[in-house]
Amino acid sequence: MKTYNNKAWLLVLPVVLCVAFSAIVPLMTVVNYSVQDILGPDQKVFVGTEWFKLVMRDPELHEALGRQILFSAAVLAIEIPLGILLALALPAQGWRSSLALVLLAMPLLIPQNVVGTIWQIYGRGDIGLAGAALNGLGLDYNYTGDSMDAWLTVLVMDIWHWTPLIALLAFAGLRAIPEAYYQAARIDGASRLAVFRFIQLPKLRGVLLIGLLLRFMDSFMIYTEPFVLTGGGPGNATTFLSQYLTQKAVGQFDLGPAAAFSLIYFLIILLACFVFYSLLQNAGPTEKAEH
Amino acid sequence: MQLQLDGISKQVGADTHIYPLSLSLVPGKINVLLGQTRAGKTTLMRLMAGLDKPSSGRLLADGVDVTGVSVRKRQLAMVYQQFVNYPSFTVFENIASPLRLAGQLGEAEIRSRVEAVADKLHIAHLLQRLPGELSGGQQQRTAMARALVKQAPLLLLDEPLVNLDYKLREELRAELKELFQHSQTTVVYATTEPQEALLLGGNTIVLDQGRLLQQGPTLEVFHHPASMRVAEVFSDPPMNLFAAQVSGAQRAAELGGDIALPLGPHLQALGSERYTLGVRPSHVRLTPASAHDYRLHCEVELAEISGSDTYLHTRHGEISLVAQLPGVHELAPGSAVALYLNPSEVFAFGADGRLAGSPQRRQAQGSAPWPA
Amino acid sequence: MASIELNGLGHRYPGSSDYALQPQTMRWEDGGAYALLGPSGCGKTTLLNIISGLLIPSEGRVLFDGRDVTTLPTEQRNIAQVFQFPVIYDTMTVFDNLAFPLRNRKLPESEVRSRVAEIAEILDLSSELKRRASGLSAEDKQRISLGRGLVRKDVAAVLFDEPLTVIDPHVKWLLRRQLKRIHHQLKLSLIYVTHDQIEALTFADQVVVMYQGQVVQMGTPQDLFEAPAHTFVGHFIGSPGMNLLPCELNGDSIRVGEQSLAIPPALAQQLAQVSGPLTLGVRPEFVRCAAEGELASLHARVLRLEDLGTSKLLTVQLGAHQLKVKLGEHAELPGEQVQLALQPERTMFYAAERRVA
Repeated sequence: MKTYNNKAWLLVLPVVLCVAFSAIVPLMTVVNYSVQDILGPDQKVFVGTEWFKLVMRDPELHEALGRQILFSAAVLAIEIPLGILLALALPAQGWRSSLALVLLAMPLLIPQNVVGTIWQIYGRGDIGLAGAALNGLGLDYNYTGDSMDAWLTVLVMDIWHWTPLIALLAFAGLRAIPEAYYQAARIDGASRLAVFRFIQLPKLRGVLLIGLLLRFMDSFMIYTEPFVLTGGGPGNATTFLSQYLTQKAVGQFDLGPAAAFSLIYFLIILLACFVFYSLLQNAGPTEKAEH
Repeated sequence: MQLQLDGISKQVGADTHIYPLSLSLVPGKINVLLGQTRAGKTTLMRLMAGLDKPSSGRLLADGVDVTGVSVRKRQLAMVYQQFVNYPSFTVFENIASPLRLAGQLGEAEIRSRVEAVADKLHIAHLLQRLPGELSGGQQQRTAMARALVKQAPLLLLDEPLVNLDYKLREELRAELKELFQHSQTTVVYATTEPQEALLLGGNTIVLDQGRLLQQGPTLEVFHHPASMRVAEVFSDPPMNLFAAQVSGAQRAAELGGDIALPLGPHLQALGSERYTLGVRPSHVRLTPASAHDYRLHCEVELAEISGSDTYLHTRHGEISLVAQLPGVHELAPGSAVALYLNPSEVFAFGADGRLAGSPQRRQAQGSAPWPA
Repeated sequence: MASIELNGLGHRYPGSSDYALQPQTMRWEDGGAYALLGPSGCGKTTLLNIISGLLIPSEGRVLFDGRDVTTLPTEQRNIAQVFQFPVIYDTMTVFDNLAFPLRNRKLPESEVRSRVAEIAEILDLSSELKRRASGLSAEDKQRISLGRGLVRKDVAAVLFDEPLTVIDPHVKWLLRRQLKRIHHQLKLSLIYVTHDQIEALTFADQVVVMYQGQVVQMGTPQDLFEAPAHTFVGHFIGSPGMNLLPCELNGDSIRVGEQSLAIPPALAQQLAQVSGPLTLGVRPEFVRCAAEGELASLHARVLRLEDLGTSKLLTVQLGAHQLKVKLGEHAELPGEQVQLALQPERTMFYAAERRVA
């Protein structure tokens, strides 16, 4: 006969409370806002799915979403391969390796708003090293005026800031591959490409999955850097989802639509993460590290 | 310590890792847990230690129910396959660590205990080294010393020698046996190797796929395996097995083809049905051991020479037969050889795999040290 | 297929003044099965890595069929190697794993198919060929590793680095037989590194015993067992190893502790030429309990008799030393005291660890 002891629940209570206050309560507040029209402190009207419909039909939102997807796709498409390449190119051991790792990790230590400020100056046509140099080369570069230039600057900034994360993860993953695999491959006559394709890439799958998820979520919620650099402009060229949301909620005080929009935003991220995760999981069972 | 498992089982999700089993360890002796990889040896040890909670059943230590009691509160020590030591502690500090954690002994007492156990395991000269500076054998000696210094009444060893060199294994095994013979500790020693169980002596518990197959004095289990599976697990080189039909009139077993192996006296009670007969490779000989030996003409497939012995792999029609012959015998593959089986050394297993008859032993008791 | 010659080959790791491998010269015949046997740290893995080209020796040369390959990288040496732990390509099927070394060398697909089929047949992998390699058990994975090592016809040698470490004892039996069969069928030159004497002796035609960076003896399993050239070989091979007793020559007899053992005059003359302390070596298998009053026997006190199932092991005290005697399955305790006879032609004498008679 089994006896149940309910005391164990007490042990998880602190966690439940933390999660409740940090996630569930705010989320429910947002849900609450998303189905009501709040006209004043005591004047609330239930509007059902009205805000959702409104938000879904908002052409500006569609544009922001399009920009956001394009941006995240570009970030992943560039940062993941570039990170792997960097990791492969790093010295495997010795002081050169340590030095390279420290240098590589530096951008990761800089706060987002400082990164924005650095690039704001760096890209200026008059005093910025990059901006002035590009103009000196005869290119007409002006990130405050030209949408394309602004967009590219935000992208390059993100790559500079976050590729090291992928590189460090991949580097750690590469070090965990036993030497015998490389020896076996040499003996089997495998080319450098085959070693990458059949040994390194499969063994890196676990860490790359984590890197991919982190970079996707982070880039999909990017706010501070473009806000500092371009303020979302010129026009709306670099207004991504979170900035658009802030404009709606804080700038225009449209709390209802903003709440509905937040929920949609949340679901998109959740869904995309789930898709990434299952895709990578189904690509083959994760190999446990051999001795 | 008297450790008793009463209907213990372990279920993980839909998988059964240990089927309900009951056994009691022989106190103050070596209890060998013999089984192949994934037989459930480690799981069972973790259950004995209280590292895992059984899905059902009770664990009794000296008659007290300790099921679900945390391993911290139990008096036991454990040694693993991997050499587990604190990398930043010296050998001395490693060995002293359980005593320091217990916090009951004075510094002088700790020092003398550590030195005594280090001396027994021949690492007294290494006490100031770090584990990283030691060879594999020395690292495992340190891990064992740490387990022994507690003087816990229960010591669990999970294939402790498997990661060591062959010769080192031999040495350490002999030392351990000696050490345990003179202590009151109840020892559980998991291994996959039949030879190791025989060398350690004591008691043997045979596990297979989460089931307890047999337990008893090691030699008793070896000479009278309860089932064909036990004989397979507890035999290296593997026992020769043949499907046979016993015919009533001649009191012989037909092994297919032209072979009618006469039944020894211990197999006279077999009925006229199908059995599996087993012969240990060491009981297949090049010359007859008695006048009753049965001669079998075989073709040599391979002669493996191990120095002291030759493992002769042969074939007679559909039957393959392995002989372990003392000395060196150079026999070319394809050549003909006559091998002799003694009918009184043949095992018989029924259709259900249970032992139907095993060779009689001249002396039943196992090894005993000669009184000095 | 090739013969392998080691010419004054030795190795010191950079920054170390000690040899990991003492300079030595040796020749291994084409198509032979060789084992490098020794405890960890004896230099066997260093030697293997030099042969496979993963390590360039600090002195001496390696020749394959007379061709100097000392500085050639692994991939140009035409060797195959199987490692201690299974190395498989996770994303490939078993078939693709086995075909990998062949496809890398641009063999026609029809030949790849027939080679893989042949090897899979020998290693009992035929039914697994379409499966993904990552889902298999450690044993099957190691079979794949073995298969990849054996699949090429053109290799100079196949090297094995303790390949059966992860395998259960009775599967070892099967795999050892399969390896032996492959050797007979394919006539490959095989070099097998191990610390396990049984694996080395059963596998190889010639066993190279290494100790502290030196080759102390190369010979057939029978040589190593019956006439060890070095006390280390006596100790390392056989379980338990050889009994070694310090002794002295005393005219026409040998003094062991307080006792005297008569030896033939020729042997006595031979031993008289040797300077330095002598050691008598005799294996437990070559000692038997003698009848009372039998000549050329030693008197000893019985310590214990252990029953090992298929044999018994007697330990006796002889002066200050212990001696092991291997007895038959049904041997009885001989009493508190025992007379031991040593088989004369299997009793060896050593000085400074080397055999002198």
